Amino acid sequence: MGFAAKYDVLVVGGGNAALCAAIAARRAGASVLVLEAADKFYRGGNTRHTRNMRCAHDAATDTLSGPYPEEEFWDDLQRVTQGQTDEALARHMIARSKDMLAWMPEQGVRFQPSLGGTLSLGRTNSFFMGGGRAMLNALYRTAEALGVDIRYEAEVTSLDIEDGMFLSATFGTETVRAATLVAAAGGFESNIEWLKQYWGDAADNFLIRGTRNNRGTVLRMLLDSDVAEVGDPTQCHAVAIDARAPKFDGGIITRLDCVIFGIVVNKNAERFYDEGEDIWPKRYAIWGRLVAGQPDQIGYIVFDASVLNMFMPSLYPPIVGATIEELAGKLGLDPARLAQTVTTFNAAVRPGTFDDKILDDCRTEGIAPPKSHWARRIENAPFYAYPVRPGITFTYLGTRVTREARIVMRDGKPSANMYAAGEIMAGNVLGQGYAAGIGMTIGAVFGRIAGGEAARHARN
Amino acid sequence: MLATERAGSRPGAHASQILTEADRLMTICNSCRYCEGLCAVFPAMEMRTSFRDGDLNYLANLCHSCGACYYDCQFSPPHEFDVNVPRVLAAVRADSYRAYAWPRALAPLFDRNGLAVSIIAALSVAVFIAGFVGWHDPKVLFGVHIGEGAFYRLMPHNAMVALFGGVFLFALVALALGLRNFWRDIAAPSASPIDFARAGHDAATLRYLDGGGAGCHNENEKPDDRRRVYHHATFYGFMLCFASTSVATLYHYALGRVAPYPWYDLPVLLGSLGGIGLLVGPAGLLMQKWARDEELRDEPRAGMDVAFLAMLFLTSLTGFALLFLRATPAMGTMLALHLGVVFALFLTMPYGKFVHGLYRYAALLRYARERRVMSEKS
Ligand SMILES: Cc1cc2nc3c(=O)[nH]c(=O)nc-3n(C[C@H](O)[C@H](O)[C@H](O)COP(=O)(O)OP(=O)(O)OC[C@H]3O[C@@H](n4cnc5c(N)ncnc54)[C@H](O)[C@@H]3O)c2cc1C
Ligand code: SF4
Ligand code: SF4
Repeated sequence: MGFAAKYDVLVVGGGNAALCAAIAARRAGASVLVLEAADKFYRGGNTRHTRNMRCAHDAATDTLSGPYPEEEFWDDLQRVTQGQTDEALARHMIARSKDMLAWMPEQGVRFQPSLGGTLSLGRTNSFFMGGGRAMLNALYRTAEALGVDIRYEAEVTSLDIEDGMFLSATFGTETVRAATLVAAAGGFESNIEWLKQYWGDAADNFLIRGTRNNRGTVLRMLLDSDVAEVGDPTQCHAVAIDARAPKFDGGIITRLDCVIFGIVVNKNAERFYDEGEDIWPKRYAIWGRLVAGQPDQIGYIVFDASVLNMFMPSLYPPIVGATIEELAGKLGLDPARLAQTVTTFNAAVRPGTFDDKILDDCRTEGIAPPKSHWARRIENAPFYAYPVRPGITFTYLGTRVTREARIVMRDGKPSANMYAAGEIMAGNVLGQGYAAGIGMTIGAVFGRIAGGEAARHARN
Repeated sequence: MLATERAGSRPGAHASQILTEADRLMTICNSCRYCEGLCAVFPAMEMRTSFRDGDLNYLANLCHSCGACYYDCQFSPPHEFDVNVPRVLAAVRADSYRAYAWPRALAPLFDRNGLAVSIIAALSVAVFIAGFVGWHDPKVLFGVHIGEGAFYRLMPHNAMVALFGGVFLFALVALALGLRNFWRDIAAPSASPIDFARAGHDAATLRYLDGGGAGCHNENEKPDDRRRVYHHATFYGFMLCFASTSVATLYHYALGRVAPYPWYDLPVLLGSLGGIGLLVGPAGLLMQKWARDEELRDEPRAGMDVAFLAMLFLTSLTGFALLFLRATPAMGTMLALHLGVVFALFLTMPYGKFVHGLYRYAALLRYARERRVMSEKS
């Protein structure tokens, strides 16, 4: 089919949400074009970096260790979002997530038996065999085999929308018309200028964990065409990651989770938060924002030789110094200040029994901020540090949608022929917070719905 | 400050650049672990937090080069983390054969293996032809010999046994001592019968050549099963030919029945079936090799694979030529050709790709034990 021709369904994006939509639409008999901004290697945006997906199910399977009823999923969602979620839509998604455990394998996606290990998600989450890129490769193979047209390096730069009705999209010098649009182009986390609107210059120091292509251009165009927005623009999923990670696409392996083994200081060599407040994953999820609040958005996890082998070595080796002063010098911190901070901290540590699996009784007394658990003196040379920066996973501002994944216009009416799925509408479900694996659920469930609905609409 | 270090790199001495690179990759993979369901390499890697040379050689010999972890990896090139596990492990693996070779003095044979094998093969063939001619007058070489003992009119049976028994024994000793070096270096403690059985099963089925179930990746991100099928043809073809030779030996000594045997007799049937495997398998594997994605190839060391496959193919081809032409004046030449190729194959076995089978089995054995001990602990 030539590009001058008109498609039934135009899918913008190339990740999980987009491919699920494209496959569902094609299976429903529609002609489908996928426009992906990235090249073939980087196709699939943040989905490339994912590992698992959370779906409700009533019984254990060969890849899931126990049942995860809808009600429990809903409780978990409510807890992480603290009620900031559209209940009807969220419950609808949870109900539909059940089918995905069968539907995904039908599209060639393979799940692996959960190997347990460090992540306690073997019951709730299905792990992709080979990870997100393997899963994407399978979806692309299936889509191609079904006859979905796919264009790479095809960033959509403008959308022609009239009164909530999609007419055509332009990428490069080409314009393509379609009866329906499925917007599945992700969030805007790699658009630093846009992030700056909410975070100021601090955003210059953010590292983006996923693709550089989620610049939110499609979201922007939709919002500028009177689409209703949803979600808090300042909310995003941010964790503390190694400051030496690349600006974009460092993925999962840049994470650091050794804060409980030492102290975290800012560029003034001062502690700023209770490193022993909570257990993973809550701890994991808060440090991105904490570091974002510090001068120059940088922090340093400082620890000593006694704990070096207590956690997995990470991507970059820790910076090492024979003395605290030498370490400070290498980090560019004031040696006297850092030594003072460590001495003060050490003096406040009370004896206890260390256990990193529970909230133990090792704590400090008489300093602010305290370290409520896992507090032990930092005294055995050599001394080590990891520099950390905020690592942004994804943003929550998005387009409002109905249960049919149809985009809602600012006047409250559903759009005539526009649908949205994935990160671009995640804010409907995730007002704040995050539960592992839910990004894939939002994309797969709403992608499949959007594709099916768009095909039905186009062929009517 | 914070000069960007190459992701995953860690100071620590390794015997070579490629081992250092393998260490870097395994460090990255260990903090990622997305591939843990694909094969044995990743679970084995996860049992370690740092990697000695022996560990890396062990992991490299667990890898079947199925390519899955390259196409599944979000950090494979052109990503700046430059994670290419199949290629780097292939290089480490090839180097490991050299590192453990016995006697040490012959280790350099691995460096130009393709060339060395061709020269040795050509020389062996030449020696056999010249030998036949020198032994008798050329009329015997080009004469027609049929019936029992026809082959031995060109070369007495005892001479044949001494020659081939000798080179076979040498190969066995060299292989065994190389294997022992490897086993020691991967720090493998004793294994139990169940480990042997598991490793045998995993090796015989090529369990880890399937990318975790989808198949092997060779040309691109679309998996298929061709490499496994061709490898099976090669391996079982080789085993059948070995069985054929064993039966023939039994016939000779136990039953006093002397070669050549009629086409319907067991040695010929086994040998023919095996021979077909050794034509189809190596040819298929060579084709797959040429079609392989450049990113997955370990070009500098590929000569060894090609040489070994070519030798297997030629062994079978000359064997068939001998079978079909044995009642004609070409028999003498064909016999010399075949014997020359087989002789060269035996001689070069400890210094070429053949060893991968042994090292792979040893690695699988180590893995089977490691897994069992782990599960007994938990
Ligand atoms: C490191 C990391 C790990 C994660 N792990 C998990 C996990 O294990 N489980 C989980 O559920 N979630 C995880 N997430 C979150 C998850 O990645 C997202 O929720 C999910 O990928 C969103 O899917 P999507 O299809 O909406 O967007 P994406 O997968 O990001 O796809 C968006 C696509 O749109 C394309 N695009 C953007 N703009 C345009 C344009 N103008 N024109 C054309 N195409 C465009 C992009 O190139 C991209 O292909 C993780 C995220 C990161 C960063
Ligand atoms: S090959 Fe890539 S995806 Fe697989 S474990 Fe290693 S880093 Fe992770
Ligand atoms: S066997 Fe396959 S998946 Fe495993 S390391 Fe080798 S190439 Fe990667």
